[in-house]
Amino acid sequence: MSATATRPAGPLSLPSHEAYLEGLTPVLTATDVSIDYLVEPPVHAVKNVSLTLHRGEILGLAGESGCGKSTFAYGLNRLLKPPADLASGSVTFHDESGTDIDVLGLSGESLRVFRWDKISMVFQGAMNSLNPVISVKRQLFDVFTTHRPDMPKKQMRAEAQELLRMVGVDPDRLDSFAHELSGGMRQRVMIAMALALRPQVMIMDEPTTALDVVVQRGILREIMRLREQFGFAVVFITHDLPLLLEISGRIAVMLQGEIVELNTAADIYERPQHDYTRRLLSSFPSLTGDRGAFIRTGETGGVA
Amino acid sequence: MTDTEKNAPRSGALEVKDLVKDFRVRSGMRSSRFRAVDHVSFTLEPGKTVALVGESGSGKSTVARMIAKLEKPTSGEILLDGERSAHRGVALMRYRNDVQMVFQDPFASLNPFHTVGHHLERPIKIHHRAQGRDAIEAEIERLLDRVNLHPPRELAGRRPHELSGGQRQRVASARALAPGARFLVADEPVSMLDVSIRLGLLNMFARLQREENLGVLYITHDLATARHFSDEILVMYRGQVVERGPSDRVILDPQHAYTKTLLAAAPNPENHGKLREEVRAELAREAL
Repeated sequence: MSATATRPAGPLSLPSHEAYLEGLTPVLTATDVSIDYLVEPPVHAVKNVSLTLHRGEILGLAGESGCGKSTFAYGLNRLLKPPADLASGSVTFHDESGTDIDVLGLSGESLRVFRWDKISMVFQGAMNSLNPVISVKRQLFDVFTTHRPDMPKKQMRAEAQELLRMVGVDPDRLDSFAHELSGGMRQRVMIAMALALRPQVMIMDEPTTALDVVVQRGILREIMRLREQFGFAVVFITHDLPLLLEISGRIAVMLQGEIVELNTAADIYERPQHDYTRRLLSSFPSLTGDRGAFIRTGETGGVA
Repeated sequence: MTDTEKNAPRSGALEVKDLVKDFRVRSGMRSSRFRAVDHVSFTLEPGKTVALVGESGSGKSTVARMIAKLEKPTSGEILLDGERSAHRGVALMRYRNDVQMVFQDPFASLNPFHTVGHHLERPIKIHHRAQGRDAIEAEIERLLDRVNLHPPRELAGRRPHELSGGQRQRVASARALAPGARFLVADEPVSMLDVSIRLGLLNMFARLQREENLGVLYITHDLATARHFSDEILVMYRGQVVERGPSDRVILDPQHAYTKTLLAAAPNPENHGKLREEVRAELAREAL
């Protein structure tokens, strides 16, 4: 096809990436997804991105602000609002039952049933994602009344308490309001809500960015634990590359709307292929390693 | 004060002595005291950077706010050049000539209504750094040039919403330098910025520090940059300094249990896959 000739080459990947994928089954496939913001002039936020998420894996999506990583994730879950427009491409969800769901073809009731049940999301800005005027209980119940309308109240309560216990929040806090919880607890409640229907995919958009390191560590541990227990796949979006390197199996590096490198976390760290990946890595001084080039060199480097 | 006195190099240190801050916490009808800062002492020397690290709520920002005189200490003193610092009046203004602050949120710390030039003009006028339209404008341009905002003349006319986060933080730094500060308190100056520009900004601080012999208090929860950009690290936990020492020593050979917790919590690519193993082992133990 002549159209493919003008398209940018796919992400850089090493042979070990192929080896890593062997034996994994896809759960979510995005093919050639392009997303534009229809403003004047139009912004091409995501350009022909193809990405496959496998069952049970943690896929990191890294890149600086404005590279399109959140926009892409919202596209996967059909959460884009105008002026954002998914111009082309396809997103397919491979359900556990064996049926494939064309995510972009869903609308109305079928979309409502699909969302949260199959793919849930933990949003950026833990502090402000909960409704401040209703209790945690009502927000958790909301998930059940929408998706499991036949569930008796008593069971809802038991489920909600169990969810809080799973994410490490005292079940007695069910009647609390958002402002009565610390930042870390609020984010745990958000994770409990995302977990409520036992989705197969969880998209986490900067879930720990607003939290300090000690709390962040606790939440990450909880996410890893729950994933071991329930086997959901995670798309973990953050600009914190060291964090991604620590927890994810594979990392996709995004730059200006394109995935420029897709490799296993170990390879990204040890053998970065793309210039931009190297630059991103060098934005983080090593905590315990050599001081190297980071001894306050000044912007021009070595002028001391 | 004569001109020669004003321009004479002042080389003293900023000393924090036994600083305590209590807040009143009300719950219902009762109120109790909460000690946010508990007997903290340290010295900020010109040309040196001291990093204050700790988790949210450890009291590090309260220390910063007290040094910047935005909060009054319950007890303890802040000494500048060996003299007690004032809390009000002309003496406070003189103190603020020397000690300035850069805040965490560059989106909130600049007034969206005013231009960059106005933000810099205010401190220049208030602290009598320049007189007359031309001199003030020259000074604004000099300051913008110092923080690598080019071209200065064009940028001076912009408003904060026309700038990126990194540019705003540079403006905030220029504003802090405008009164001719010798000591800079930087409260998480890069935590709201994108990773790709953090190092650039920190390097800029390092250059300014070198060129003007600034004493910098760098408040952060990022241990890696604390290590690389400071000479000394103070670890705060529940209002107390639990560990202090040369930055490499504190990071590479932590003594206090809390410093170790903090270090273990920091993401480290070297630990790839370790968390998963730990979690698996934990679950396996629980299953038994």
